[in-house]
Amino acid sequence: MSTRTLLRVRRPGRLAAEAAALVIAVAVAFPLYWMVLSAFKPAGEIQSTEARPWTLAPSLDSFRRVFEQQDFGRYFLNSLVVAGTVVIASALIAFLAATAVTRFRFRFRTTLLIMFLVAQMVPVEALTIPLFFLMRDFGQLNTLGSLILPHLAFSLPFAIWMLRGFVKAVPEALEEAAYIDGASRTRFLWQILFPLVFPGLVATSVFSFISTWNDFLFAKSFIISDTSQSTLPMALLVFFKPDENDWGGIMAASTVMTVPVLVFFVLVQRRLVSGLGGAVKD
Amino acid sequence: MTANTTVYKAPETSGAGGAPARPPRRRASPARRSGWTPWLYLLPALVTLGGLLVYPIYQLGLISFLEYTQAQVSGGEPTTFQGLGNYATLFGDSQFWQVLLATVVFAAACVVATLFVGCALAVLLTRVRALPRLALMMAALGAWATPAITGSTVWVFLFDPDFGPVNKVLGLGDFSWTYGRYSAFALVLLEVLWCSFPFVMVTVYAGIRAIPTEVLEAASLDGASQWRIWRSVMAPMLRPILIVVTIQSIIWDFKVFTQIYVMTNGGGIAGQNLVLNVYAYQKAFASSQYSLGSAIGVVMLVILLAVTLVYLRLVRRQGEEL
Repeated sequence: MSTRTLLRVRRPGRLAAEAAALVIAVAVAFPLYWMVLSAFKPAGEIQSTEARPWTLAPSLDSFRRVFEQQDFGRYFLNSLVVAGTVVIASALIAFLAATAVTRFRFRFRTTLLIMFLVAQMVPVEALTIPLFFLMRDFGQLNTLGSLILPHLAFSLPFAIWMLRGFVKAVPEALEEAAYIDGASRTRFLWQILFPLVFPGLVATSVFSFISTWNDFLFAKSFIISDTSQSTLPMALLVFFKPDENDWGGIMAASTVMTVPVLVFFVLVQRRLVSGLGGAVKD
Repeated sequence: MTANTTVYKAPETSGAGGAPARPPRRRASPARRSGWTPWLYLLPALVTLGGLLVYPIYQLGLISFLEYTQAQVSGGEPTTFQGLGNYATLFGDSQFWQVLLATVVFAAACVVATLFVGCALAVLLTRVRALPRLALMMAALGAWATPAITGSTVWVFLFDPDFGPVNKVLGLGDFSWTYGRYSAFALVLLEVLWCSFPFVMVTVYAGIRAIPTEVLEAASLDGASQWRIWRSVMAPMLRPILIVVTIQSIIWDFKVFTQIYVMTNGGGIAGQNLVLNVYAYQKAFASSQYSLGSAIGVVMLVILLAVTLVYLRLVRRQGEEL
């Protein structure tokens, strides 16, 4: 492809470019390396002013402090439940909505599309105030629902906007053929369109998963008294202390929080490739 | 990896009128009378968005016109209508203007830095062989996947005056990055850049790969420098993609919250590192001035709406069908 031809630049130029790419890759990966390294360093080394980029005596002490925290398993489970529910629900709802706005013509279609775009601009944090009152009035404070519902609403507009392209890519001839073969609209939707759009759904779910998993604002604002409903970021904030931060604990907790996202990224990418390998053939 | 990231962004590129022209969409055939079906499909989305997005926005606007403090929240005093009183208070407060200025400058710096680094690295990716490309791609995806809160804490630790490696390497001794206003903003900017350039890089790289080979080949045969190829060939062809990543970056960077909140411990010493988003949150939840916090939220909404309108104009001008 285009890369192949672009490679035919002068040799020294290419080598310099490759060296630069590798150096930048190392620099970009360094914070993550340092996070994992610090999580494994024994307490004495973290608090040492040497700041050596390796450790000869890896220890699990910091991880132990994280996992032995009261309710840590609970926090982790809560985070999984919240993120999982948001991902599945937003994928299904966005799929239906994206189908409606791409495969049908109706009044207000363009208006709706513009509204979905505008909805992406809404600063989530500013809405924390009215959402707090809304959740309080519905007795949802201190429940996982108070985290799931707002995140669902905030991930939908982007998901719909992004899925549009995937739904559009399925040829209309396929739809006509399905109807001629006697398929009902529902059958076409779930048995033909849904599997074809699935890779797109997966790609979309990356965004809703990350934004939900990362959230600490709603968790901090809506889960005010019942800590058994807290999510992972709260387990991280525990290690910040006014006098002296427990850096080992913070780095271990950060590692524990980051790993599921990385795993999700990797899983999703495979899924994407295989999904597209068998995508629509005309 | 590369094939798959290309695919990943495919809807974005084509959605905004990417390089390969797609055949014009056929009008719906009469056989597909829509009737109520689309509305049925839209129902769950509209209910969710109506209840949890539109209604809260309405509430936000409403609260910003009321007197709403702890007394009203607990029901001790009735809410009173203030008219534009809250906005008058806000606009009369010199701190608000200072925070607004800081927000705009900080967001602009983040956007420029992110776009520059993202585009430069996307071009770099096209000039290297598979292995360095994979390395850079993986590192970037790692940074992208890192939750904002953990990314923020790790960066604070890297720049810690006592235990961080950066001060050691640069020989800065016990220089505290979060103490000074500008160094604190610079530190946050670096973190924001780190976690947001991958989106730009991957998207632009996918776009460059969609440019027909002959075009770039012809340019380089004519002896054009890399900069010239970018400015005169790639950038114009990537215009739709560049618009998308610019607007997304503006939206994200204008709304930065977690990084400032975590890295400068809630807005820095004496609020020196506040941006609008954190300012609104602090006003509302730290000092219980919910109506002032809401008014700040409304100001942010208005600014972002203006950005959206500019975006829509740009998209429309290209004759792109929504």
